[in-house]
Amino acid sequence: MSDFLGDITGDFIIPIVILVALLLAGAWSTWLERRILAWWQDRLGPNRVGPFGLLQVVADMIKIFTKEDWIPPFADKVLFVIAPMIVMIMMMLGFAIIPFAPGIQIAHFDNGLLFLLAISSLSVYSIMLAGFSSNSKYALLGAMRTAAQMLSYEVFMGLAIMGIVIVADSFSLSKIVEAQADMWFIIAQPLGFFLFLFAGIAESHRAPFDLPEAETEIVAGFHTEYASMKFGMFFIGEYLGVILISALITTLYFGGWQGPWLPPLLWFILKTSFFVLFFILLRAAIPRPRYDQLMAFGWYILLPLALLNLLVTAAWQLAPTL
Amino acid sequence: MPQEQPPQDSVENNHAEQLPELFALLSRDKYTVQKTADDTLTLWVTANTLLPTLSLLKSLRQPFAMLFDLFGVDERLRLDKNTLPCKDFTVVYQLLSVERNQHIRLKVALDKDDLHINSITDLWPNANWYERECWDLFGIVFDGHPTLRRILLPPTFKGHPLRKEFPCRATEKDPFTIDEQKLAKEQEALRFVPEDWGMATSSADNDYMFLNLGPNHPSVHGVFRVALQLDGERVVDSVPDIGYHHRGAEKIAERQTWHGFIPYTDRIDYLGGVMNNFPYVLALEQLAGIEVSDRVKCIRVMMSECFRILSHMLFFGTFAQDVGQLSPIFYLFVDREKLFGIIEAITGARMHPSWFRIGGVAQDLPKGWDKMMREFTDYFPKRLDEYEVMVMQNSILKKRSIGIGKYDTNQALDWGITGAGLRATGCDYDLRKKKPYSGYENYDFEVPLDDQGDAYARTRVRVEEMRQSIRIIRQCVDNMPQGPYKADHPSTTPPMNHQSKHDIETLIQHFLNVSWGTVMPKGETTFAVEATKGINSYTMISDGTGTSYRTRIRTPSFAHLQMIPPMAKGLMIADLITIIASIDFVMADVDR
Repeated sequence: MSDFLGDITGDFIIPIVILVALLLAGAWSTWLERRILAWWQDRLGPNRVGPFGLLQVVADMIKIFTKEDWIPPFADKVLFVIAPMIVMIMMMLGFAIIPFAPGIQIAHFDNGLLFLLAISSLSVYSIMLAGFSSNSKYALLGAMRTAAQMLSYEVFMGLAIMGIVIVADSFSLSKIVEAQADMWFIIAQPLGFFLFLFAGIAESHRAPFDLPEAETEIVAGFHTEYASMKFGMFFIGEYLGVILISALITTLYFGGWQGPWLPPLLWFILKTSFFVLFFILLRAAIPRPRYDQLMAFGWYILLPLALLNLLVTAAWQLAPTL
Repeated sequence: MPQEQPPQDSVENNHAEQLPELFALLSRDKYTVQKTADDTLTLWVTANTLLPTLSLLKSLRQPFAMLFDLFGVDERLRLDKNTLPCKDFTVVYQLLSVERNQHIRLKVALDKDDLHINSITDLWPNANWYERECWDLFGIVFDGHPTLRRILLPPTFKGHPLRKEFPCRATEKDPFTIDEQKLAKEQEALRFVPEDWGMATSSADNDYMFLNLGPNHPSVHGVFRVALQLDGERVVDSVPDIGYHHRGAEKIAERQTWHGFIPYTDRIDYLGGVMNNFPYVLALEQLAGIEVSDRVKCIRVMMSECFRILSHMLFFGTFAQDVGQLSPIFYLFVDREKLFGIIEAITGARMHPSWFRIGGVAQDLPKGWDKMMREFTDYFPKRLDEYEVMVMQNSILKKRSIGIGKYDTNQALDWGITGAGLRATGCDYDLRKKKPYSGYENYDFEVPLDDQGDAYARTRVRVEEMRQSIRIIRQCVDNMPQGPYKADHPSTTPPMNHQSKHDIETLIQHFLNVSWGTVMPKGETTFAVEATKGINSYTMISDGTGTSYRTRIRTPSFAHLQMIPPMAKGLMIADLITIIASIDFVMADVDR
């Protein structure tokens, strides 16, 4: 009986709690971003609905659900509807392998990191399909940019992570966290961290690498034609992406849930929040590079550096055995 | 038509001295000289001699390199027609020589049965839009023009509205309705057809994509459309489409009283506020020979410089925003708010005070104005330094804007570029220094220059201009002269109370001024000022009545937008956005 209860808790309750918590976090991070940005930009931000404007998210949700769910007559209807679902599903799946705290993890994969890379490749489809199925020129340009940007930055992301894999000698995220008990990998892999950070920003297509949806250039990029909750799904998907990348940075480079005095889960949340705030700060501070500059930066600077990082890490790791 | 010119030997000789090289080459029977209130050399030439004269002027040793303005006049109802060699319509060409610091005006009279004249698009590329505008509004056909079609008005429009018989008020026409069919027709008329503009739809290996950037797009600063011919994201060619903001200001001017038009000028460059009133009232003061006090001059300079700062602040913020930097615009809006507070305290309004009057300003400065101004001039430069670090020294922004949208001085002059866009190419032409008006010669300030002529240089020049404007405002505050805030001139300003209560003549004058409006003497003049976005000039033709016969508003943005295609050729969409942002225009200033 107790085994059964344990299974129920482990297999159903924890995943559901995590998923719900993530959805809420994704939704409320829109509020957080708006308030924090406003604070940095000498404005007020949403502060009318509920205490500190916290219920703004609820109001937005009601609004967005009651909007006309419009599908442009010129769009490819099936793909148009599927595209926003993919991004949500992939982002949620990505969280499955994140060790939030000892025991709080949905799936214990030994090859968690590979799974993650696969998931993030799949989420590109969401944006590409959205762009192509919209049958709109701005969306097409956005999709073109996305395809190029995300596919190339995935390469550097994978190469940057390999450094961690070598040092931790495992693809499993919980093992990677445990391997950081004595020393965070940011110290062992400083270059790898910066590479991963750049790739992460590009993967979550956040400012300054928000070229797929650069509003001053291509209006809203791939989701130009989307309205109602389908747009909302892209929106929350983007914020979930930010949280996912922040969680990964925390897990891979900053010791995950490890830390003194406070409970592990709180440590994890604190560290992740720090990086979410960092993402918001980036958006407030930095202009957007041009599309070809971004690609050149990736292939001419990040790729050699990533290879160098991999080479040096491998040499370092192998040296004692020779 | 009477062609006789009254003897004006003295005027003519005087004019011959202004430009001896031209008159040495131009035979006497080819032109007639007209005297204007602004003392600009004005020659009537025939349609046949126009092209040779223009190319002569363009090829002088110090050439008239810029086609400053080109516009039409419907002369059919002109009262003092008999004193001029005019026929039914006139096309006016105004050229500017930066090297000589001199304007020249050529006029060609056209008969209403033969409204044809040679296009000068081969001489000046920017004649293209001016001639289209002239055709659009007057129906004058420019032979040899590559794309003579509507520019300000919709393609389906019937008639030529600046002709005198065209009604000005909506109430003179049938009520406007639009049904489904008409809507579809109008929509279809707006479709961009590449072939109409001589564009290929495909190259050897692939098809081009045509993208309508605008009229509603986040970074076209209003309602402005650019049709892009794209190869991937690279702009092969582009066609700017304007006119969505056209409100017929020049037509309205022909029905408003002289004073009544001032609020309309505010809304031409809607970020320029009283800066727009400036050329208008100065032109009329020149026409009527009104001298204003030093205090008025100083107040006007101070307020105009405030608006220069306000306009440049918005430019600076939106430039950064269009390049993708989100925050500066908010900081700048906070600072604009502070300055608007001062403007409001002084004039009672914020963006459009309509505060200058012919012969003065609306009120005297309120108590405590100098304290507010001083606080702002102490506060803002420090903030500006911070913004400069944040925006101008940002390496991504530099990469996005250095070398983008580059042109040199000759190209700038060819396309009629003025203001910061011209000075960013190293051409030191600022009317405040070159032809000082309203006492600008008394102020100590510098004209910022750059020699790169790219988007970054244009922005840098404007940032520095804000500092210089602060310098001018400081000098205004420190040396504000005492004196009346309006001129004591019967036809323009209401008389002082104590006079009208004791003097029946003054009272009558007041009564007439209020009930009929001011009457301006006959004459013609152009007044140009260095406005926020470049040179803004008003050409006023008065028939000696209570309204203007023709008001021509030459705005800098109109000329600047025309240069987008050569600037953007071969660059990416993102560069086009940087170029658009660096031009600093508002659509009301383009379309009027």
